[in-house]
Amino acid sequence: MAELTLREALNRALKEALERDPGVFLMGEDIGAYGGAYAVTRGLWKQYGPERVRDTPISEAVIVGAGIGAALAGMRPIVELMTINFSLLAADQIVNTAAKLHYMSGGQLEVPLLIRTVTGGGGQLGATHSQSFEGWYATVPGLRVVAPATPYDALGLFRACLKDRNTVIFAEHALLYGVRGQVPDEYYEVPLGLAEVKRQGSHLTIVAYSRMVHIALAAAEQLARRGVESEVIDLRTLRPLDTEAVVNSVRKTHRAVIVEEGWQSGGIGPLLALLIQEQAFDHLDGPVVRVAGADAPAPYNGRLERSGIPNEDAVVKAVESRFGL
Amino acid sequence: MKVKEKLSKELVAQLYRQMFLIRRFEEKSAQMYMLGKIRGFLHLYIGEEAIAVGSIPVLQPEDYVVTHYRDHGHALARGIAPKVVMAELFGKVTGSSKGKGGSMHLFDRRLNFMGGYAIVGGQLPVAVGLALASKLRAEKSVALCFFGDGALNQGEFHESMNLASLWKLPVLFFLENNLYGMGSHIDRTFAGGREVHRAADHYRMAARRVDGMDILAVRDTTQEALEWCRSGKGPYFIEAETYRFRGHSMADPEEYRDKEEEALWRPRDPLSNFRRFLTEEGWAGQGEVEMIEGEVEREIEEAVRFAEESPEPPPETLVEDIYA
Ligand SMILES: Cc1ncc(C[n+]2csc(CCOP(=O)(O)OP(=O)(O)O)c2C)c(N)n1
Ligand SMILES: [Mg+2]
Repeated sequence: MAELTLREALNRALKEALERDPGVFLMGEDIGAYGGAYAVTRGLWKQYGPERVRDTPISEAVIVGAGIGAALAGMRPIVELMTINFSLLAADQIVNTAAKLHYMSGGQLEVPLLIRTVTGGGGQLGATHSQSFEGWYATVPGLRVVAPATPYDALGLFRACLKDRNTVIFAEHALLYGVRGQVPDEYYEVPLGLAEVKRQGSHLTIVAYSRMVHIALAAAEQLARRGVESEVIDLRTLRPLDTEAVVNSVRKTHRAVIVEEGWQSGGIGPLLALLIQEQAFDHLDGPVVRVAGADAPAPYNGRLERSGIPNEDAVVKAVESRFGL
Repeated sequence: MKVKEKLSKELVAQLYRQMFLIRRFEEKSAQMYMLGKIRGFLHLYIGEEAIAVGSIPVLQPEDYVVTHYRDHGHALARGIAPKVVMAELFGKVTGSSKGKGGSMHLFDRRLNFMGGYAIVGGQLPVAVGLALASKLRAEKSVALCFFGDGALNQGEFHESMNLASLWKLPVLFFLENNLYGMGSHIDRTFAGGREVHRAADHYRMAARRVDGMDILAVRDTTQEALEWCRSGKGPYFIEAETYRFRGHSMADPEEYRDKEEEALWRPRDPLSNFRRFLTEEGWAGQGEVEMIEGEVEREIEEAVRFAEESPEPPPETLVEDIYA
């Protein structure tokens, strides 16, 4: 066991990938000499050289597109899009190409491409730099979407992604890189499509992923002080989605709260609410509750920005007002 | 410094004032960032002032300006009041975007300052559209579009260059070539070599390179380019060679540049050189220059005080201005 930050866990994951598979190479903007905008790739360029840790121009479309091509040809590329906001310049390659080739070729072609990117707001970076598009990508059949909340999950999921033969959007929250956690020295994996109960409880189920897992846990802590026991489920992957874990928990607790950072009108929440309603309707004591980001672009002003991002008080308040708990 | 235009004392003093204003504004911003008054990303224009001040004051009011996220210098040169820009950096309701845009997203509709764009390359197609409107309505407006060397490698750059040239649109593409896109030197990112302005040849677009550290050279070249655009000949491409004396943003540890390179550029500092030009060529006495500097210092102090004392945007503004 070692205590690592999420950043360190990912750095270890990348190092291990480069070590184990000669087909693995990294590319992205300033990931090499500069060490990565969020320092996740620090040291790799020195250790593995500029052939395998490739600095690219600011050209998102061809970064992803070339990743697709190399993957088609049998390599195992890992590309970094500096943030998910810039993935829009590569959205065509991601959605129209990477997600479609296997299907359109009748199963002949495979695109085992891992796209690492940074998601989320809260850093006062303004409207163009604070978005959470993983929910969008999770609506695309053919893609996998992963969003870890802890160093343990980040490393374990990363390994599972490398074994997967499809394109993965691996969304890392900008504010989670410093989060610490225990990581085993021995090899393990966290399978895709498997949610985890991060806290047991019997009165309600709070479903979240990425940074919102920590918000959910903090809210659960507050609620526990007055005897309300929440079960906190970390989805870990948005596609495939572990509906079963959520439904099983809701059947037990009879109440569901879905917390996510992205806009109220999108994201994974609406689909989850539908699935809960379809599969656990008779078990529900009330409507499924949603706590999501305000339906607004992210403002620069800090106070305004924070008011648009779910925090633990918002979750607690929703539980109080909607369930009377 | 070579000059074609007939200079006046007033003009020279005015240009110096603006350059000095931007320099001091940026230094003050850095200080405010360290104090936590400004947050998020902050990209300083220090070292590149001669470009904004050499070009933007040559424009007519009906011309447009679009630029990237390193936009304080352009905004100030276009005439947005320093206190309004500072208030925006402080996230205050008195800022140019009511505190909702921030450093990278400055705008002023009345000044045809159509904005700072924080997605690399995103402003280029917008400039094409502004110029298209100008042409369709037979107006004289030119769209002056700033971008960095990093943007050269985006598809949007090539798409914009092509369309502007194909349709003969009055866009002045203004490359601020400071040799780096974040931590990457242009030699490591751009395959077209160091004669970057030659990139325009492929689109049969008029192009020139200029010393971006020489404000008067920038001014001459811009005037020429604007005439070209206004006369219906189509777009024009200027490459200004420059250098940023600070990191990419305040968060940049700057491990990728060596001090020697910086030392080579230091003597080309556009501000101190222009100051020397003023005093040595007799455009202004030492006292006059110091008077200008004193005025600017007070204006910057006033801007900080204004930003500091201004109120935060009210909570309900989070969901205002989403739709027109
Ligand atoms: C599409 C996109 N990709 C990446 C980024 C992150 N980024 C911001 S500025 C920058 C470097 C741009 O360099 P350049 O165009 O030369 O402008 P300079 O900063 O030198 O003025 C990068 C990579 C971004 N904002 N947008
Ligand atoms: Mg540059």
